[in-house]
Amino acid sequence: MRNGSSPEPLLKVRGLTAGYDAGPVLFGIDLDVGPAELIALVGANGAGKSTLLGVLSGLVRATSGTITLAGEDVTNARPEVFVRKGVAHVPQGRRLFGTMSVEKNLVLGAYLRRDREVGDDLARVLDRLPALKDKLSREAGTLSGGEQQMVAIGRGMMGRPKLLMVDELSLGLAPKVVDRLIDVVQQINREGTAMILVEQDVLVALDVANRAYVLENGRVALSGDATDVKDDPGVRRAYLGL
Amino acid sequence: MSAGVTTQLELRGVTKRFGGVAAVDGVTFEVGKGEIVGIIGPNGAGKTTLLNCISGLHRLDGGDIRWQGASIAGMAPHRIAKLGIGRTFQIVRPFGSMTVRENAAVGALFGSAAGRRGPKEAFEMADQVLDLVGLKAKADHPVSALTIPDRKRLEVARAVATRPHLLLLDEVMAGLNNVEIDEALEMVRAVHATGVTVLLIEHVMRVIIGVCRRAVVLDFGQVLAQGEPEVVLRDERVIQAYLGERYAKRLKS
Repeated sequence: MRNGSSPEPLLKVRGLTAGYDAGPVLFGIDLDVGPAELIALVGANGAGKSTLLGVLSGLVRATSGTITLAGEDVTNARPEVFVRKGVAHVPQGRRLFGTMSVEKNLVLGAYLRRDREVGDDLARVLDRLPALKDKLSREAGTLSGGEQQMVAIGRGMMGRPKLLMVDELSLGLAPKVVDRLIDVVQQINREGTAMILVEQDVLVALDVANRAYVLENGRVALSGDATDVKDDPGVRRAYLGL
Repeated sequence: MSAGVTTQLELRGVTKRFGGVAAVDGVTFEVGKGEIVGIIGPNGAGKTTLLNCISGLHRLDGGDIRWQGASIAGMAPHRIAKLGIGRTFQIVRPFGSMTVRENAAVGALFGSAAGRRGPKEAFEMADQVLDLVGLKAKADHPVSALTIPDRKRLEVARAVATRPHLLLLDEVMAGLNNVEIDEALEMVRAVHATGVTVLLIEHVMRVIIGVCRRAVVLDFGQVLAQGEPEVVLRDERVIQAYLGERYAKRLKS
C-alpha cells in the first residue's frame, strides 16, 4: 500500500461471494481499502463491479465471506447501517430525485444523522462543489449531466463518509466535465476520505488511484499499485485497447 | 461536407426553444449520403434536442430540415421513420419480457418497409440485423439477461431493423470500456457498410476519431466548429468549451 501499511485497513473484504436469483456474480473476492486510499475498480461490463459496490453498501446479500469496516463485522448489515458507519454509495446513473430541489437532494444525504449540523455540512459540500451554489433551488432533474453528478457526489459527502464509492463517474459526461469531477474526487480523497472509483475510462481511473483491482468474471484477476496495473500487458490489451 | 458526396440531410438555421431558452439556435450543416458524422459538445449544448428535431419528436421553432431535398419540418415521428430515418435513444428501453429476437422484430414492423412486412418477414429481418450487430448467438435470450454493451447493441439492432437510410445514434458507446468501444465501432462500420449514413452523438473521442469523417461541435445550441475530427479536436475554442486541458494533452500524446 502506497500510503503506509496500516495494520487494520478501513475496509477488509475476505472470500466474498454474492449474486442474484439467476446465480452468483462474485466468487471469493478479497479486497482492502486503507484509510484515505483511492482505489480504482476496473473490469468489463458484467464483471461484477456494481454488484460488489452493492454488497459493500448492503443492497445485495453476500452468500459467504466477510466484510469488516474499521474492525467491525458488517457482513449483510442493512443499507442504513453501512451509511451510519460511514459508507456512501454514489450509484451509476446518479439516481437523483429529479423533481426535488438540489438542496433537498443534498440534505437527504444526511438523513440518517442524529446531529443537527447539516447546515455546516452543506456549506462544506458547496465549498467543494461551488458550481452548485446558485442552483440550490433548481429542480435536480433540470441540471446538466455534469451538475447532476456533482449533486450525487455532494449527497454522498453529506453523510460525512469514511469511504465514498462512486460508480461510473464519467458516464455520459463531456471530457472537460470529467476533468473537473476527477479534480473534485481527488480533493475529497486528499482531505481524508477513502474512495472506490468504478470507471470505464480506465486510464483516467488508474491515473488518479493509489491501487487498483481488476475484476474478471466475478474474481479479482489482478490487483496492485495503480501504475503497475496500468503497465500490465493484459490490462493494456483487454481494457485500454492499446 | 466532402466534395463529390450527395447531400442527404440538410439543416438550415434549425432552432428549438424551451421557454425562453434556445436549446438549439440556428444550426446549419449537411450530411452527405454514406457519411459518418459525429456531433460533440458539452452536456446541455443541444445535441439530443437536435436529434429530436431531426426525428420529429420536437417541432422546430425556426429553420428547416430537408431530407433528400424535401422539407420534413413538422412531420410526425412515425412518418419520418418511414422515410428512412432511424434512431436510438440514450436511455435504452427494450421490451423487458420479450427475447432479443422479438425486440428486434418489433423494429422490423415499423420504419421504411412497414406495411409490406408480416411477422414472418419481420423475424427474418430481425435475424439478419442481429447477425449484423453481433447478437445472433443471444437471439433467444431474454433481454433481462443482456449486459450493458449487449443492450446497446440491441438498441442499434432495433433501429437498424426499421431499414433506415440514415441512422441517428445517441451515445450508444457510453459506459463501455475501450475494448468494448472498439467492438461497438466494428458494429457501426458493419451497419455503415450496408449503405447506411450515420449521424452519431458521442463523448468518447475514440469513437469520433475512429469512425467519423467529420465532426460538428455544438456549444450553447450553436455550431462552434465543424470539420475533420483531427482538426476540430485541436481547435483551441473546442478545447476551451469541451475537451479541457487533460484530454487535449491525451489526444496529442
